[in-house]
Amino acid sequence: MVRASSQNGTKTCNWGFPPDLGIRIPRPLGNGPSRFIPEKEIQVSKVDPRTQSIFEDAFAALGRLDNISLVMGFHPQYLENFLKTQHYLLQMDGPLSLHYRHYIGIMAAARHQCSYLVNLHVNDFVQVGGDPKWLNGLEGAPKKLQALGELNKILAHRPWLLTKAHIENLLKAEEHSWSLAELIHAVVLLTHYHSLASFTFGCGITPEIHSDGGHTFRPPSLSQYCVCDIANGNGHGNHPEEKLGNHQEVSGEVEVLMERMKQLQECRDEEEASQEEMATRFEREKTESMLVATAEDDECVPSRDVSRHFEDPYGYKDFSRRGEHVPTFRVQDYSWEDHGYSLVNRLYPDVGQLLDDKFQMAYNLTYNTMATHKDVDTSMLRRAIWNYIHCMFGIRYDDYDYGEINQLLDRSFKVYIKTMVCSPEKTTKRMYESFWRQFQHSEKVHVNLLLMEARMQAELLYALRAITRYMT
Amino acid sequence: MEKMSRVTTALGSSSISGRTMFCHLDAPANAISVCRDATQVVVAGRNIFKIYALEEEQFVEKLNLRVGRKPSLNFSCADVMWHQMEENLLATAATNGAVVTWNLGKPSRNKQEQLFTEHKRTVNKVCFHPTEVYMLLSGSQDGYMKCFDLRKKESVSTFSGQSESVRDVQFSMKDYFTFAASFENGNVQLWDIRRPDRYERMFTAHTGPVFCCDWHPDDRGWLATGGRDKMVKVWDMTTNRAKEIFCVQTIASVARVKWRPERKWHLATCSMMVDHNIYVWDVRRPFIPFATFEEHKDVTTGIVWRHQHDPHFLLSGSKDSTLYQHMFKDASRPVDRANPEGLCFGLFGDLAFAAKESLISGDASRKPYPGGDRRYPIFFFKKPNPTEQFAHVSSALSVFESSVESRHMDWLVKTARLYLLSGKPFAELCDHNAKVAKELNRPQVSTTWTMLRIMFSDPANLSTPGPNHIGKLGTLPLMNSFSMKEMGTGLVAEGRLERSKGESRQDNLHLEPGNSLINSNNDENEETEGSEGQAEYMFGDAELDDDDLYSMEHENHAAEEQEYTLPQEAFPLRHEIMDNPSAPEHLQQDKADSPHASGNEAEVMCLTPIESFSLISISQPLFSPHLPAQFFCPVVREMLIHYAEQGDVQMAVSVLIVLGDRIRKEIDDLTQEHWYTSYIDLLQRLELWNVSNEVIKLSTCSAITCLNQTSTTLHVNCSNCKRPMSNRGWICDRCHQCASVCAVCHHVVKGLFVWCQGCSHGGHLEHVMNWLKSSSHCPAGCGHLCEYT
Repeated sequence: MVRASSQNGTKTCNWGFPPDLGIRIPRPLGNGPSRFIPEKEIQVSKVDPRTQSIFEDAFAALGRLDNISLVMGFHPQYLENFLKTQHYLLQMDGPLSLHYRHYIGIMAAARHQCSYLVNLHVNDFVQVGGDPKWLNGLEGAPKKLQALGELNKILAHRPWLLTKAHIENLLKAEEHSWSLAELIHAVVLLTHYHSLASFTFGCGITPEIHSDGGHTFRPPSLSQYCVCDIANGNGHGNHPEEKLGNHQEVSGEVEVLMERMKQLQECRDEEEASQEEMATRFEREKTESMLVATAEDDECVPSRDVSRHFEDPYGYKDFSRRGEHVPTFRVQDYSWEDHGYSLVNRLYPDVGQLLDDKFQMAYNLTYNTMATHKDVDTSMLRRAIWNYIHCMFGIRYDDYDYGEINQLLDRSFKVYIKTMVCSPEKTTKRMYESFWRQFQHSEKVHVNLLLMEARMQAELLYALRAITRYMT
Repeated sequence: MEKMSRVTTALGSSSISGRTMFCHLDAPANAISVCRDATQVVVAGRNIFKIYALEEEQFVEKLNLRVGRKPSLNFSCADVMWHQMEENLLATAATNGAVVTWNLGKPSRNKQEQLFTEHKRTVNKVCFHPTEVYMLLSGSQDGYMKCFDLRKKESVSTFSGQSESVRDVQFSMKDYFTFAASFENGNVQLWDIRRPDRYERMFTAHTGPVFCCDWHPDDRGWLATGGRDKMVKVWDMTTNRAKEIFCVQTIASVARVKWRPERKWHLATCSMMVDHNIYVWDVRRPFIPFATFEEHKDVTTGIVWRHQHDPHFLLSGSKDSTLYQHMFKDASRPVDRANPEGLCFGLFGDLAFAAKESLISGDASRKPYPGGDRRYPIFFFKKPNPTEQFAHVSSALSVFESSVESRHMDWLVKTARLYLLSGKPFAELCDHNAKVAKELNRPQVSTTWTMLRIMFSDPANLSTPGPNHIGKLGTLPLMNSFSMKEMGTGLVAEGRLERSKGESRQDNLHLEPGNSLINSNNDENEETEGSEGQAEYMFGDAELDDDDLYSMEHENHAAEEQEYTLPQEAFPLRHEIMDNPSAPEHLQQDKADSPHASGNEAEVMCLTPIESFSLISISQPLFSPHLPAQFFCPVVREMLIHYAEQGDVQMAVSVLIVLGDRIRKEIDDLTQEHWYTSYIDLLQRLELWNVSNEVIKLSTCSAITCLNQTSTTLHVNCSNCKRPMSNRGWICDRCHQCASVCAVCHHVVKGLFVWCQGCSHGGHLEHVMNWLKSSSHCPAGCGHLCEYT
């Protein structure tokens, strides 16, 4: 690890210290926990007592307050659930040993080249006594973890391809096999970190500054975000006039959205689409979601040192271009509440409940506000977002009219969602800024939470269904 | 009254007969329902909607209601119900939120009659009123229940469950206006159909969703609910507060529950996930299902009793695309397969054994006990209840108490405490342990340790640590060790016999003092034979093979009991031990015993050879001390396995730890792990936490060392508000105060906290120690005179 860091440090960003002295001085990048959100929005000193106490908890439990928590601090109720679940998954009793858990976290985060999470967990991994050799790549890890690589890959990019056979492969009795309980733990960890990677990119979480003992991990992947770039206009130095212009241009966006919601609510009964029409709408949305260009910009993804070894060319992109057909998964036949929960709780007690609480919290969280408007019922919008994400994974709700999605989510928002969910590493500040321009940052973070949880649930549903099929 | 008349007509018109049978459906079923006269069943699912006629020998497909080239989602059914009054009327709940009614009397192919699309989300349940023809109730994911009058195009009333999804709705069988609704948040609500504004009553029935509920067909007040929390509860609704009167714990979340007709206490359940069986429970016997149907290969999604007054036919549909008719007589009865015997050790080595009386008496006839006095009277005696169809089983519970038994564990405890497993050079460890074993009268173990030391010690070191000792042993003639062994086994053989004798005598004493005290000598002998059979119950088969005469436990018994039961062996023992001055205690002890002449010499001789053979091979290398240590590994390995098989896993583990790398590779990991877990288990049973922890720490199996990582949570309560502190031990979430502040330095204590039991002030261990050196008052200034010792 230390090796990696020193390499990275010198290679990427040498303005912070004179290279001839060879001393690296860790310094904060100075733009707060998120690249997208101005620092002044997130200040630990200004949070309300409840958030404060959650931050304290988090700090006490981990010895750090990471940027993810800081950003989630916009939504203390959710944050509490989130931290509780994460704590349970990583620290409490469970079938997997501690270093395995962190390693699985690393594997999952590396799928999306999320160097932030990778670094965080590399540290933890070494701390709990993990073998640093494993970090050289999956080949260095035990066979058992290597076997998990395939599942990781499929879950991250095409969970619908997961079959009973994959599960069978992992569980078949031999030396490096998994037990069911271990597998469930691993699956929950994988999905947790896949979706957390989405959140990390979606909110532009900046890397942690670990100032102790020069443990500053700034892999090259972050070079694009380092201060040099920020100075080039990618950072918080937003030109006020530009912002103003945006405002005028899109003023009324919120009102339009609200108007549409109202309309949908009212005319739902009179205009009853035929069943065929409904089915087509879903299919259309699904195919369309494939075609929404994930990255309009052709900005190349820089090579990432830490995750290099975990990668192989297998991404969402590959098939979306080809327009592969995603089979439809009927949520009425396998839902989290009825089936997924029972399975998880059976094999990994308490986690089912924790996840259930977290999903519900994310789904039901609302302050009844939209931008500057108060007392708005946002349930329709939230449902549209949730279902759109599930739709991208081919999960269909029979009782949902997918026409609503088109009404409520505009193209730039869809692009953002699509990118964040499918290839989060391509999220850019421009995308973040170009959707819902009038909304507050806390609301955008809220959207991110929805995205993250919906994605996690979608992946879990596929994984758990495969496990259920294996078991029956 | 009305119902009664209907019953008679219904049953009178067609007496049902049939057999267990099934048919394949084209697609997984979600729900089934049966028509009133029990001749037809409707199966509904996402891709199936068919009516089957129930014939004597088979199901016959009568009608496919799924018509049209491209069937719409209205056909995708989550639930179906056949009207119990009107033969042609069906209702389905569609996954897209539609409620559809079907009229079989329609001449066209499409039997769809009415379509209500008022619900915004999936409809989970539809329910016809049991007596009213046109009244239909639906419950949906959107949190509303709607009541439809089938003569109108719209719902007549809407009941709001306060935004919680409705999982089930059921009209009460007896109260015309009442229905129950169960919710995803664990609540159950009772509504009056005339009052849509507010529920009559609400109570929390389960944690997590309540998937189903069912009114008792006969008893007005009983409602059964099943939930994701794997429980079936029966509620008495007649009282003011809903009272839980029965609770059945199943092994998976409960998807459906249906009372069995004509059997007041019976209900059938099936599960949502994982478990494919259908269980019929007698709610009074919640621990074991009354009957089980195990035919389905995937989860059962719908169950229904074929006729509302016939308890013998159960229909079920499943995700595995089959429809079954189960005959009750063909059900498997788990009770019959349940293990009729239970066996458990108490904390102090007592043994409780419960078995079917019939089994015991059968046994007794074979081997008569002296008066059957080994049994305590049966503690639990349930009056046979004729309404309960459970096989009446009475079990006899025997408790074997034995003080010999408790002493039997003594050696293990002592050995565990005294053994040194690490922290000294190998040779010293062995010597120490050998000494410990010797002091506990376990010569074989002691010798083993000594030998291990000789075998594995570096020859160079060998002479240095204890020249006199080594010298002695080194010059020990082979014959000597051989005969020592012989003596040992002799002890065992005799000891075992004697022990069982002593034991049985003691039991008799305990249980029926009058009787057994008068036992004649003759009786006692017979009894000894009998009690061998008995002893099998006590120690399990592993130790009681008849060849297994060398068990360490037995040997130990012998050794310990010799004071009063085993005088014969004292003689040879003394002679042999004489050579070895390191065990003077033995000598004295043995001398104190009366040296009865032993009539058992011959027996001893004939028992020894097998064991002593291996000993020769071990002791041989004594004469060639330059052999490499690896040479012994196979022998030591066999020795360890031998010990472990004898039940002395302590020895195996101790040697394994002390030898460490010298032997580890010889034994496969699984075996090692097995030994470790057994030993740790033993130690923890005996509450030897420190020793067990040491063993865990010293073990090299990853599976064992990680034991130390589990359950290391310590729960603390805040000293201010007495609430549990959730995730950090030093600051309270609720009162936001640091809970454990050092009274000396006023900082938070995060490590060792010491406090006075008198005034409950305290702080950092070191600070308090220093403070109390100079002052005798409490550092907090409360005036208490604290003491630190």
